[in-house]
Amino acid sequence: MNMLEVSHLSISFGGLKAVNDLNITIKKGQLYGLIGPNGAGKTTAFNLLTGVYKADTGSILLDGKNIAGMNTISINKAGIARTFQNIRLFKELSVLDNVKVGLHNQMGYSTIEGILRLPRYFKIEKQMNEKALELLDVMGLKDCAGFTAANLPYGKQRKLEIARALATNPKLLLLDEPAAGMNPNETEELMETIRFVRDKFDMTILLIEHDMRLVGGICEEITVLNFGQVLAQGVTSEVLNDPRVITAYLGE
Amino acid sequence: MNKKKTLINNLVTYGIVIIGYAVMMILQLTGSLSSSMKGFLVPICIYVIMAVSLNLVVGILGELSLGHAGFMCVGAYSSAVFSCAAQELITSAPLRFGIAILVGAAAAAVFGIIIGIPVLRLKGDYLAIVTLAFGEIIKNIVNIIYLGVDSNGLHISFDASAGTAGLGLLEDGRVIIKGAQGISGTPQDANFTIGIVLVLITLIIVLNLINSRDGRAIMSIRDNRIAAESIGINITKYKLMVFTISAALAGAAGALYSHNFATLTPAGDKFNYNASIMILVYVVLGGIGNIRGSIIAAVILYVLPEKLRFLRDYRMLVYAVVLILVMLFNWSPKMIEWRKSVAAKFKAKFGRKKTANEAEGGAQS
Amino acid sequence: MSFLSYLVNGLSLGSVYAIIALGYTMVYGIAKMLNFAHGDVIMIGGFVVFSCMSNLGLNGLLSLLAAMVFCTVLGVVVERIAYRPLRNAASSLAVLITAIGVSYFLQNVALLIFGADAKIFSPIVNLPNLQLFGGELSISAITIITILTCIVIMIGLTLFIKKTRAGQAMQAVSEDKGAAQLMGINVNATIALTFAIGSALAAVAGALMCSAYPQLTPYTGTMPGIKAFVAAVFGGIGSIPGAMLGGILIGIIQILSSAYISSQMADAIVFLILIVVLLVKPAGILGKNVQEKV
Repeated sequence: MNMLEVSHLSISFGGLKAVNDLNITIKKGQLYGLIGPNGAGKTTAFNLLTGVYKADTGSILLDGKNIAGMNTISINKAGIARTFQNIRLFKELSVLDNVKVGLHNQMGYSTIEGILRLPRYFKIEKQMNEKALELLDVMGLKDCAGFTAANLPYGKQRKLEIARALATNPKLLLLDEPAAGMNPNETEELMETIRFVRDKFDMTILLIEHDMRLVGGICEEITVLNFGQVLAQGVTSEVLNDPRVITAYLGE
Repeated sequence: MNKKKTLINNLVTYGIVIIGYAVMMILQLTGSLSSSMKGFLVPICIYVIMAVSLNLVVGILGELSLGHAGFMCVGAYSSAVFSCAAQELITSAPLRFGIAILVGAAAAAVFGIIIGIPVLRLKGDYLAIVTLAFGEIIKNIVNIIYLGVDSNGLHISFDASAGTAGLGLLEDGRVIIKGAQGISGTPQDANFTIGIVLVLITLIIVLNLINSRDGRAIMSIRDNRIAAESIGINITKYKLMVFTISAALAGAAGALYSHNFATLTPAGDKFNYNASIMILVYVVLGGIGNIRGSIIAAVILYVLPEKLRFLRDYRMLVYAVVLILVMLFNWSPKMIEWRKSVAAKFKAKFGRKKTANEAEGGAQS
Repeated sequence: MSFLSYLVNGLSLGSVYAIIALGYTMVYGIAKMLNFAHGDVIMIGGFVVFSCMSNLGLNGLLSLLAAMVFCTVLGVVVERIAYRPLRNAASSLAVLITAIGVSYFLQNVALLIFGADAKIFSPIVNLPNLQLFGGELSISAITIITILTCIVIMIGLTLFIKKTRAGQAMQAVSEDKGAAQLMGINVNATIALTFAIGSALAAVAGALMCSAYPQLTPYTGTMPGIKAFVAAVFGGIGSIPGAMLGGILIGIIQILSSAYISSQMADAIVFLILIVVLLVKPAGILGKNVQEKV
């Protein structure tokens, strides 16, 4: 049961092939890693998957549906949610509201019902509050619900971004360098959180990472990108021991 | 937890408006209101609505709009045309004015959509310049529009050289808009009570919108457009929604305007770039995104030039200097640091005094 | 023949707009602010020239020089007092509103000193018209001088930016202020220089514009300021050739629309064309569509 099938995906920017003939297959419920040196094309691949860029060639099948060429909003509705390399929270909104925005397409009421404060407004708002608090609880952020997002410490901001992505009820969760800027303790906690999210929500997760402990610790299979091309693919332990990967990426 | 705070906040805002209304009415009934203040009552309502509706675009959606007065112009003209044309048909002033307000709001909303559409692809300063352009276009058009009504129906002409003759009206015809001379004889149906009612309606719409699913979506676009897209927020829909609602409210304010004065012309600084900028100043000084602030700022800044009359020729100069100083004081990071350190020193001083007194009191007992 | 005449006038007016737009676009590109007071610096420049010529009896060129010096000092002082403290403010709207305050200030100072009635401006040069095609086409000296001045300024500015260290510093600051600072570039001095050049250009524009359209009031600068802003955006804000192109096009469109369609609707037509162009090219004609990094 494949959640994601990427075939022959390529994109060039002004003559430079940023992603060249990318092929990845991710099974449902898998924890998959995408690694490679800086500039290898990992975030570009994410941007292709989420419709920020349109690929020159290739197809992207999400749970059997071709999403290549769709725009970001439609792709999210189709079931991909992502977090960003530089955390993109709604800074002025509360932690709770950040997640409630994520619930926007899952439950709602019309503008008129909102402005006139008809009964449906109260009913759905209550449901949204409950669901949002549930998600925050799962991520250990329930106590921060009322805080302004900008005031959260870095590690919690990352978790909030994940909570918000989960609120959109995705089939595939893309995490772009979730451990960036974290110390070993925080990374350990993050690894547990990611594993927990996969188990609890039956989620398929694709993550970009530089932290090899995290990659080795939770990713079942990985793809190594170098200069936009696949260098190696497969079971994590095998790929990480591949001499080509070691020389190209890990040094000695 | 958060909801209660917001609710109380909003109730305070409504309270301020209602109390303001009550105070003004009492002053008016006891004859304590100067005639100049009486003349301010409806305009204050107008500019409060303008400031609040602009804040929706600037503070909640996060886009700079420099043509807001253009919507007020559309609302003013369309509502006045309706009232003049319907003067004989609908004799009940409240009913006629009520419909006129709706006409003004609807016409402005249509323009809000017309402007919203090209603006969808644009961001930041490019969006701002298009709003400015639209404001100027509207002002230009209104300068050369001629409109008349006779038994054949409505006649419109844009021929400035032909003037009213270009309308080709029959004997029984009546000219409503005379080009640059505008509209005269609009029934003066506006009053303070209706003005305050419109202010309250504006507040209900805006505050309820902000504290709703759509409001959160709009603010998410403001805070991080790319993230908002990535979680499925329809940027286009909400940009259009905000422009339309904001324009409609400005149109209603325009209806208040045209029914408050005997003549309506595009001359002066009522509907042009300067007017749009003035409202933007109200919004920024009151606090970007702060609806209550917009109300207070609009009231104070509208009345201020009047109160500065004793300065005579130096009035606007002082206004300008005060504006610059207030901006520097409130927004300069160095100033903010300085204020914080002063406040901290203040607290420290009073904190020490308190413990010294407590020690004294304890020792004495 | 009348078409040629209009075209030349449009080119001249466009040159004025281009000079103003250059100042606008430079300040925007380097200090990242929309200087709403720029149009009023033009007006101040015009008044200084006027005062020098009528009260002090100086000739046109000396008056122009005086205006350039005055406006340069004014621009640098205003930047230091009113804009620099807000450079890192929480919202970019703060410095915008302050600029509006400066605009009000300049207008009212001029109002207090000179009054609201229109002053009749004498052209800064008094040369005979150029007669072409056996007298059928008459071009005023001011028109030619304006166009030439614009070309000279554009070439001079481009050389300055490319060849001098100060100019390259300006480019660096416009691309990445933080990095420029880390490279040892004095950002404060660079921005001050930008305002100095922009204000000097505004003075030149004021002198040329008032020489061609001799009615000067404290509000004379507002509309040209707006048109120049439109021109800068039209050509792609932050782009020097764009500002030049935008200014010239706007000037030509305005004059031709005024002559052939309607003088009252000329402004509206200019704005309408702007909107249409931005629909097709959202970053302006020569603007770069800078994608935000995701």
